[in-house]
Amino acid sequence: MDISFSEADLSAIWLTVKLATVVTLVLLLIGTPIAWWLARTRSWWKGPVGAVVALPIVLPPTVIGFYLLMAMGPDGPLGWITQSLGLGLLSFTFAGLVVASVFYSLPFVVQPLQNAFENIPERMLETAATLRASALDSFFSVVLPLSKPGLLTATVLGFAHTVGEFGVVLMIGGNIPDRTRVVSVQIYDHVEAMEYAHAHWLSAAMVLFAFVVLLVLYTFNPTGKRK
Amino acid sequence: MHVAIRFAARVIILVGFIVVGQTAYAEEKLIIAAAADLKFALDEIVVSFKRTHPAAQIEIIYGSSGKFSTQIRQGAPYDMYFSADIAYPRALESEGYAASKVQPYAVGRIVLWSQSRDAGMLTLAELAEPSIRKIAIANPRHTPYGKRAEEALRAAGVWEKIESKLVYGENVAQTAQFVESGNAQVGIIALSLALGPGLAKLGGFMLIPDRLHQPLEQCYIITRRAAANQQAHEFAVYIASKEARAIMARYGFALPGEVE
Repeated sequence: MDISFSEADLSAIWLTVKLATVVTLVLLLIGTPIAWWLARTRSWWKGPVGAVVALPIVLPPTVIGFYLLMAMGPDGPLGWITQSLGLGLLSFTFAGLVVASVFYSLPFVVQPLQNAFENIPERMLETAATLRASALDSFFSVVLPLSKPGLLTATVLGFAHTVGEFGVVLMIGGNIPDRTRVVSVQIYDHVEAMEYAHAHWLSAAMVLFAFVVLLVLYTFNPTGKRK
Repeated sequence: MHVAIRFAARVIILVGFIVVGQTAYAEEKLIIAAAADLKFALDEIVVSFKRTHPAAQIEIIYGSSGKFSTQIRQGAPYDMYFSADIAYPRALESEGYAASKVQPYAVGRIVLWSQSRDAGMLTLAELAEPSIRKIAIANPRHTPYGKRAEEALRAAGVWEKIESKLVYGENVAQTAQFVESGNAQVGIIALSLALGPGLAKLGGFMLIPDRLHQPLEQCYIITRRAAANQQAHEFAVYIASKEARAIMARYGFALPGEVE
């Protein structure tokens, strides 16, 4: 085959990388405090909050896509907020995909972090406290270094899961080149248009990507018993 | 160990029954893959068909014509294929996937439609106005309605001005849904959907002159797998009946033999 990536394919790949990077960074920022709270709290709210975070694992992408489309529309709560801020609507925009993906990939970042945080012995934090480390201090100098494997897993899974997204993007993205046409949607279009050679190239690239990601994860982060 | 094996065997038998039962169930039905613009019209035709054929079991799957033609090539269990154009069924026929001739059943029309304003007052040129931020059309790469929408926008000389505002639905029904939910202010959809229950109450539509685009000559085929399917042939006869044609006409379709 002498066909390789077309310009539209490359643009879809670049867009997907951008989306996954932004989403992963946002998720690490908001997922870390959520995971920390879930790992440490004894509040009655732990169950409900944990369940809400895990919802995207169970819900079909169509449910998430449908509700987000409604919420982002001119009559929805998100649409109302973005419109009164003068930002227009989130649907069919890159920012809209970021919002959707953050929700969709949230459990894949929060859960590994939560597991890591839960495995940190309470007495290490107490020791840090007796050394007059502030809570924030001990978080950065004790908790984060001890949670490195969890952080790696969270980062890789958050990124990879966003790359693998399809249904939600199809429902709220509108398939716009350079803005919302990510690789998974581009492959779908190739198949529908019977451009199988193009579909093969992109699909093979995705298989390779997924394999390398998991290989990195399992090589650098063996899931053996750790002390 | 013994118990475990016996348990596993029972589970396998159960799974087998469910799978086989499911497949056998599917065999007795007439399964139709139809272009999304037929949603209301074909549903009504089936209801009307069942009055004279009470034992009929018909299931219709609506989607994009391009997708269905790909799926039929890959062995999808569709007995009839109602495309929104003539090219897809023709290609299938020439490749040997059809058990009937390519039969025209309707000519579709496209309309400019909006939920929030009266699109009847709009012109294609006005789509360039800044108050219209998103315009939904079906994907021109694999949907006949999207192709015709693109042709009309180009013929009207506005394509370049509005291309950056376009969002693409996977099929013409999703395109309508983008507009109905208000996420796109206007869209180009099938007349048959604009006349359907739900949408007719909202906004208004402007019929796009058919001299701006190739005709949406819509054809169906009976697929090879349904060559001996009695229901498929009965339904094909019914599509040409006065009753079925009246329903098609009510949803804005022109009828084969009545145009030009």
